[in-house]
Amino acid sequence: MAKRIEASNVTAYYGGFKAIENINLTVEPKTVTALIGPSGCGKSTFLRSINRMHEVLPGARVEGSLTIDGQDIYDRDVDVTAVRRMIGMVFQRPNPFPTMSIYENVVAGLRLNGVRRKSILDEAAEKALRSANLWDEVKDRLGKPGAGLSGGQQQRLCIARTIAVEPQVVLMDEPCSALDPISTLAIEDLMFQLKDKFTIIIVTHNMQQAARVSDRTAFFSIEKTGDPGRLIEYDNTQKIFSNPSVKKTEDYITGRFG
Amino acid sequence: MGDYPSRSANAGTGGTPVTEGREWPAGASARVAENSFHTSGPSGSGLGGGGALPRARRFGAERAFRGLTMAAGTAVLVVIAAIAIFLVAKAVPALRANTENFWSFEGWFPNDAEPKFGIGALAFGTVLSSALALLVAVPIALGIALYLSHYAPRRLGTTLGFLIDLLAAVPSVVFGLWGREVFINPVRDFSVWLNEYFSWLPLFGGDGPFGRSILLGALVLAIMVLPIITSLSREVFLQTPTANEEAALALGATRWEMIRTAVLPYGRPGIIAAVMLGLGRALGETIALALTLGITFGISFNLIENGGNTIAANIANAFGEANETGRGALIASGLVLFAITLIVNITARAIIYRRREFTESAA
Amino acid sequence: MTTTVTSHRTRPPAQPPTLRARRLPKYVAPAIALAALLVAAAIVYGAGIGGPVLVVVIGALLYLGALYVAANVVEGRRSARNRTWSALIHSAFVLAVLPLASVVWTLVSKGLERFDANFFLTSMNNIGARDPEGGAYHAIVGTLLQVGIAALITVPLGILCAIYVVEYGRGKFAFAIRFFVDVMTGIPSIVAGLFILAFWVLIVSPYFNDGRPGFSGFAAALALSVLMLPTVVRSTEEMLRLVPAPLREGAYALGVPKWKTILRIVLPTALPGIVTGVMLAIARAAGETAPVLLVAGGGAAINFNPFENNQSSLALFVYQQAGDASRYAPARAWTAALTLVALVLILTIAAKLLARRNRLGR
Repeated sequence: MAKRIEASNVTAYYGGFKAIENINLTVEPKTVTALIGPSGCGKSTFLRSINRMHEVLPGARVEGSLTIDGQDIYDRDVDVTAVRRMIGMVFQRPNPFPTMSIYENVVAGLRLNGVRRKSILDEAAEKALRSANLWDEVKDRLGKPGAGLSGGQQQRLCIARTIAVEPQVVLMDEPCSALDPISTLAIEDLMFQLKDKFTIIIVTHNMQQAARVSDRTAFFSIEKTGDPGRLIEYDNTQKIFSNPSVKKTEDYITGRFG
Repeated sequence: MGDYPSRSANAGTGGTPVTEGREWPAGASARVAENSFHTSGPSGSGLGGGGALPRARRFGAERAFRGLTMAAGTAVLVVIAAIAIFLVAKAVPALRANTENFWSFEGWFPNDAEPKFGIGALAFGTVLSSALALLVAVPIALGIALYLSHYAPRRLGTTLGFLIDLLAAVPSVVFGLWGREVFINPVRDFSVWLNEYFSWLPLFGGDGPFGRSILLGALVLAIMVLPIITSLSREVFLQTPTANEEAALALGATRWEMIRTAVLPYGRPGIIAAVMLGLGRALGETIALALTLGITFGISFNLIENGGNTIAANIANAFGEANETGRGALIASGLVLFAITLIVNITARAIIYRRREFTESAA
Repeated sequence: MTTTVTSHRTRPPAQPPTLRARRLPKYVAPAIALAALLVAAAIVYGAGIGGPVLVVVIGALLYLGALYVAANVVEGRRSARNRTWSALIHSAFVLAVLPLASVVWTLVSKGLERFDANFFLTSMNNIGARDPEGGAYHAIVGTLLQVGIAALITVPLGILCAIYVVEYGRGKFAFAIRFFVDVMTGIPSIVAGLFILAFWVLIVSPYFNDGRPGFSGFAAALALSVLMLPTVVRSTEEMLRLVPAPLREGAYALGVPKWKTILRIVLPTALPGIVTGVMLAIARAAGETAPVLLVAGGGAAINFNPFENNQSSLALFVYQQAGDASRYAPARAWTAALTLVALVLILTIAAKLLARRNRLGR
């Protein structure tokens, strides 16, 4: 199920602006990798490059190579939609489809892929909602609008929607930044369980969160505003938070910078 | 999810107030308040002051202003009531004088000594031409709106969108003039062609002459309402939350699937509102049709032969020679037109309200 | 297809077997288009059933069909749908641009024929069917007077009404006003004309007019007011609602009375938006023909007095010239149409620019 992601010399642009430069990084299967760093350092940009969501913005493009189990996802023959099915994404703010019910939200991805049979959809919906620790809370109101849930529930609904298509990799872009502490805890618990099946990459501003949930941590930074973001250090989370080898990382971790 | 921009669909229905000022910078209210600080307090006795609290005044600027605004609000109700009363008052004598059935008689001779007139054919022509116009215009308008909002390069989309907005403001008489002088030629050729190969269909039968037909009128109407529907639905499509579009794309949707999953469902109330506005315009359109239709008084499904008529076009055409009863008859027909547009409007509102409940019950 | 059926137990239904997708080579779409046109031409001219237009139409349909089939075979159903819808949306665009461009082109090219001083400085008084001269001076005067009076009536009334609905109105009465403003938006312009005809021209005006009903520019202004009022109320209402609550609360907290808060703080904040709405309403009213036809009657001579005798307007002038038998009439109609469109567009563009600078958005 889970796959290895390798980035080499990844550089991403917004029009003429270079947002990240020469990122080299390997993400192992079935791990949680946290991307941390100050605002504007390009960690979200890098995350969005992994499932080719970066290029959705007008004028945005990516150079270098990104592979998933050896397949280049930026190859000319590659089908973008296949990449995104294989590498799912959870966004910063919960974004359930407002016109759809809870059930319809969860199976939206499956329906897009032509799954029509009710029994398969029902089974997948229950499985995904259970995996997202949401089943017990919503099983009696699957037909109600997804927008009617609380923020934390909505975010778990979005996670359920993402894992319902059973991707190989799940990208999370600050998934807890819009949530209260209790919902945050619920989602962190969820990440622990999900890593048995998926490769997870998470962008977070919250260093305690990175320390709690991740196996590996990558620290991104910029020299000054307008410069491209670079990968400063990438190591085991424990190492990064206890004994970083780069001074800049230590400054950031201890709160002296950023 | 309470932070979606208020949609233009709401504009027509006066949705819930959107005055939560969360985005307002912290010091702003204080700054504004300072500006108005020099105005004296309610009792006029200096700022703040001490002593007993002044009593609320029974009469004063507050009441006067409130009364003034209320009077303006009441004026709207008065106007609506006056419209109903005066139209009915003028229509009833004419309807009494009518010697034929108002609903079924096919013809319009209210100026004769024995007035004869019927609304059936006119109402039929009104509905037929508007329905045809929308049938042509709606799919194309939605196509263009999607093109401008989701397919065209952004700058091109914005520029063309602005041009479409301007075209929506062009008066209908201009479209009528164009239809009468220019567009009639290709339509006539097309009608002759249709008649040659498809005359076995009653829609395209007849022996001519062709040209000033329901087809021409409906196509001119279509071209006229096209910018209106496009402009409104483009605005609605642009308001789709980016987060939802990205969610669909991140699930592996193609561009069309993203539009179907995120854009169209979100915009549905707005699309319905836009289409209904277009329908209202088409039903009430007078001059463009008075200039392009061939004015007959029969009920016929033939689209290409000279002929066709609508309530509004008939009013414009027959008004000049109308006597007392004739005017009353035209006013009666105007009442029917008003009733038709009212039904369309109320239906649209009902649909929008019902659809929105699901979308926004918890938003 | 068989592989997906047998393997769907092991592989989740939504997951692709590989990232690679077979793509239609770039040259395929143009090739199909060319072939479709050739086939269409062969059919049309072979059977002798039409001309080049039919070739394009049939060619386009063949292209859409063939593209769908080709994409379906090579790239799969989802991609084929995506391509077909994309092609349909693009063709909708082309289809609509043709007539709209024709409208604009004819308007400008034919409108410039009589775009001269004579047109703008003379009326149609004493212009016979054989006279090439004659102009729209009287119509321009009429339009400006009627629209001006209508704005004078509508703007204060509409803004006050909106203030009541937003700031004071509570309960059923305010709801009724909003509902009937909605109803008013749907009144066809000809019905507004009929109303003023029944009310003002036939019943009220005889009192000023020696007992005979009389057309007048003022009647037209009244009819235009009925049409403008709901637009002005609606847009003002919308803008007032956009004024942030802390602004009002800040003033209340300082003891500023409500009416003063509204006039001094709320209205100025919403003003650019309100002006935009008013200008758009005026632009629409200036283009209305039917009500003016019914209650102002039109006329060939210059009439500066809106309260007496017939008056024309630009839109009505276009309509009357379009129906005129004189061979010089169409040129006059087109030039008047161009003038009218210019007037309306100047108002609209100004309103849009103002809206763009408005910091309350919209």
